[in-house]
Amino acid sequence: MNIWFFTVGVMAFLMLLAMIRLFKGPTAADRVVALDAVNTLVVASMIVLAAAFKQVIFVDVAIVYALLSYVGTLYIAKYLGGEL
Amino acid sequence: MMPSNFFTDWAFMIPFFITACFSLGVYLLLTAGSGDVLWFWSGQEILVGLFVAVVVGWVARGFFCDSRRRAALNPKRWLRAVGYVCGPFFIELAKANVDVAYRVITGRIRPGIVRVKSGMETDLGVLMLANSITLTPGTLTVDINEDTNDLYVHVINVSDDVAARDALEAHEIFSTFDCPSWIRRIAE
Amino acid sequence: MSLLLFIWHALMWLFIAIGLFFNSLGVFGILRFPDVYTRLHADTKATTFGTIFTSLAVVIYGLGHWLKTADGQYGSLVLHTLIAVVVLAITNATGAHAIARAALRRGHQPARAVVNKLEDSTS
Repeated sequence: MNIWFFTVGVMAFLMLLAMIRLFKGPTAADRVVALDAVNTLVVASMIVLAAAFKQVIFVDVAIVYALLSYVGTLYIAKYLGGEL
Repeated sequence: MMPSNFFTDWAFMIPFFITACFSLGVYLLLTAGSGDVLWFWSGQEILVGLFVAVVVGWVARGFFCDSRRRAALNPKRWLRAVGYVCGPFFIELAKANVDVAYRVITGRIRPGIVRVKSGMETDLGVLMLANSITLTPGTLTVDINEDTNDLYVHVINVSDDVAARDALEAHEIFSTFDCPSWIRRIAE
Repeated sequence: MSLLLFIWHALMWLFIAIGLFFNSLGVFGILRFPDVYTRLHADTKATTFGTIFTSLAVVIYGLGHWLKTADGQYGSLVLHTLIAVVVLAITNATGAHAIARAALRRGHQPARAVVNKLEDSTS
């Protein structure tokens, strides 16, 4: 089996595990933490998929995704902190 | 808001020029390998990059560039920053992860929030110190007192003598290297 | 030549293994720890470190192909992956700080805390 697809499979499973906390999380801040972890794992699997398919454009998408998810996290954090 | 004496207004031009150069550099880094006009780039990419750099420089000059301090422009500091990230910072990061792995597996934690005197004067220094603390062993920056630049740090495993003290010095957070003095040499 | 090939593959497998190990530790930490702040510890450190290592495996892969075929595509794969790693490291640390601050302003107290200097200073 291809090493890259194996890695992506494991990381997809980890995303599912993190989503347990996303659905269960007692407070909203817990959910944001879980969402942040899922975002990081998505970026990691995009980079690995770029090696699997030999497409550099996947990494560009990963960079943009990382920056946009960061903006999203900051926005939710500001909203939760009551600064918006 | 176009100033009347546009090209000689240095308070406007210098931040604009620095921001534009930085964004042009990032753009060229991302598009390297597209052609062979200037070794690596195609003509179209350079033209679009210049246009985007001018627009970004115009929009972002106010918050990218602190108008008073120019010390961060020194290339020596950039080299030091690269050395810092590859050397002490990465080793502290690796130790942090072994530490977190131990805490996750055993579940042995004694959390608490302690006060740390940062000793930094510029915003960039405080930012770098806060980010370094967040990624180093068992510590996470929670809040900043913006008047005194004190950091409130959540520590995952507080020892008794640390819990008894009023405030820590910044270098006591890091175990092997003196990261704050590195940061001071980079950012201030 | 075959020895070099072996080292190349072994390095890739090693980095992938380390990366997956720390990624799963981060996720288990999120599931296991008692409150927001400790969960943030697991999230920022372990997940960022794991992602750095899986990306390093991609960098090694791209470097090997680049040296073998001198194809510029692999060079830009390496360069872009390094940029993505730097972006991720900076944004994750800053995002964690923002979440911790928001949780504090919402009034979440750290669970099982032995010392809380912030509460002492405000009250």
